[in-house]
Amino acid sequence: MNMFRMIVTIILAGILTNNYVLSKFLGICPFLGVSKKLDTAMGMSAAVIFVMVLSTAVTYPIQRFVLEALGLEYLQTIVFILIIAALVQLVEIVLKKYIPALHASLGVYLPLITTNCAVLGCAILVTEDYSSGAYGFGEGYVYALSCAFGSGVGFLVAMAIFAGVRKRMESCDIPETLKGLPITLVAASLVAMSFLGFAGVVHM
Amino acid sequence: MAKKTISMRRDSHEESAAVIEEAQAVEQTEAEAILSEAQAEPLPAAVKKPSAGSTFAGAMKRGVILENPVLRLVLGTCPTLATTTAASNAIGMGIAATLVLICSNTVISLLRNIIPDKVRIPAYITIIASFVSIVQMLVKAFAPALDESLGIYLPLIVVNCIILGRAEMYASKHAPALSALDGLAMGVGFTTALLCMGTIREVLGAGSLFGAKLPILSGQPILFFSLAPGGFFVFGMLIAAANKLSKKNNLPVRNGCGDCPAAATCSLSGKGGCK
Repeated sequence: MNMFRMIVTIILAGILTNNYVLSKFLGICPFLGVSKKLDTAMGMSAAVIFVMVLSTAVTYPIQRFVLEALGLEYLQTIVFILIIAALVQLVEIVLKKYIPALHASLGVYLPLITTNCAVLGCAILVTEDYSSGAYGFGEGYVYALSCAFGSGVGFLVAMAIFAGVRKRMESCDIPETLKGLPITLVAASLVAMSFLGFAGVVHM
Repeated sequence: MAKKTISMRRDSHEESAAVIEEAQAVEQTEAEAILSEAQAEPLPAAVKKPSAGSTFAGAMKRGVILENPVLRLVLGTCPTLATTTAASNAIGMGIAATLVLICSNTVISLLRNIIPDKVRIPAYITIIASFVSIVQMLVKAFAPALDESLGIYLPLIVVNCIILGRAEMYASKHAPALSALDGLAMGVGFTTALLCMGTIREVLGAGSLFGAKLPILSGQPILFFSLAPGGFFVFGMLIAAANKLSKKNNLPVRNGCGDCPAAATCSLSGKGGCK
C-alpha cells in the first residue's frame, strides 16, 4: 500500500473505528466536562488536536533516537509526560506573547490537556504501532503524525456529536435519579454504540 | 408616522437590549453567588471533623463511601471505563493505582515543605511518574498476563486525576502518615468501584466471574456490556445508584468547581467552571 493510501487509512481509522473517546476511552474527562456547549467543545477539540500532533512530533523522534538508542525504554513514561507538560507550558507562553487572540480562545484548555489521557496515550500508542522494528524512521514518523491528527479529529467529531446530543437533552424530562452525569453517560453509551457500526469499515 | 414607528422600534430595541444585559448581569451574579455558596458550603459533619479523617476507620469510610473517587468525585474515569471488562483486570488496575497513590502521597507529603510553589505540578508529576514506572516494571515481571490485558492503561496511571488531585489537595498539606492513610483509603475506594463495575460487566457480558464460567449466563452472554457502550452505560447506572444513596443519606451531590480537586490549577474555575 503506498504511503498516501496508508495515511488516509490511518486518519479514517482514527476517526471511525479507533475513535479515541468512543472506542479507546481516552480523554473521557474533557469529553464529559466540556461538551455541554458546542463552542467550548470545538475550542477544546482544536486545542487537543494541536497538542496531540505537537507532542507526537516531539516524542516520536525522542523515542527512536534517544530512548531506544541508549536502551532506556523503561524511562518512556517519565520522559514523555515531562516533555508533554513542558511543551504545553511553552506553547501557552508563546501563544500568550505572539498570538493573543488564539490564546484567548484556546489558552484556557491547555492546562486541562496536559494531564489528559488522550495526549499521553497517543504518544505511547504511536511508538508501539509504528515501532522501529516494522518501519523506518521517515515512514514511521509520517504515519505517527497522521495517526495523531486522525485521533484528534476523531475526538473533535465525537465532541461535536455529543454536544448536539446534550443540547437536545436539555429540553427533555429526565427522572430525578438520572439527572446530570448518569443520563450524560447513557447518552454517551448510545453514541458509542452508533460508532460500533463502523467496525470493519477501515482495514488497517 | 413612519418616523414614530422607527423611533418606537429603536426604543424597544434598546429596551430589549437593556433587558438582555440585565438578565445576563443577573445570571452572572447568580452564578457567582452559587459558586461562592458552593465553596463556602460547610462539608457534612462526618467529613469535616479532623478526628474522623485521621482515624483508620474514619479515613476508610471517607475514601470508600463518602468521597469515593470514582462514583462521587468522578475522577479517573478513563481507567474505570477501559479496564473493567473483566473483574480480574479491574482488581489488578485498582491495586496498581493504590500502590502508586500510597507511595506518591507519602513522598510528596515528605517533600511538601521543600518543593517551591511555582514548580509543584511538574514536581508532583515527576514523583508520580517514577512510581508508575516502578509499578509498570513490577507488573511486567511478576504478572505479565495483567500487563497484557491492561495494555496502555498501566502507564496512563500517571495522568490519573485521582493521584494528582489527592497530591494537590491532601498530601501537600498533611503529614506523611495521614497522607499515606488517605492514599490507601482513596485507593481502596477506587478498587471497590472498579470491582463493582468489573463484576457487573463480566457477569453480564461474558457470563463468567474471575474467569470461572457461570451456569446459565455463560450460555447467552450480553455482548453489549463487554464493549465500549456497555462501559458508559454501567458507569452511568452506578453513578445514578450512588447519587440516590447519597440523597437518601443527605450527602451533598457534587456540583460546580468548589468540589473539584483541580480547582486551584484550573483556569476555568474563575469563569463558572467547565460544566
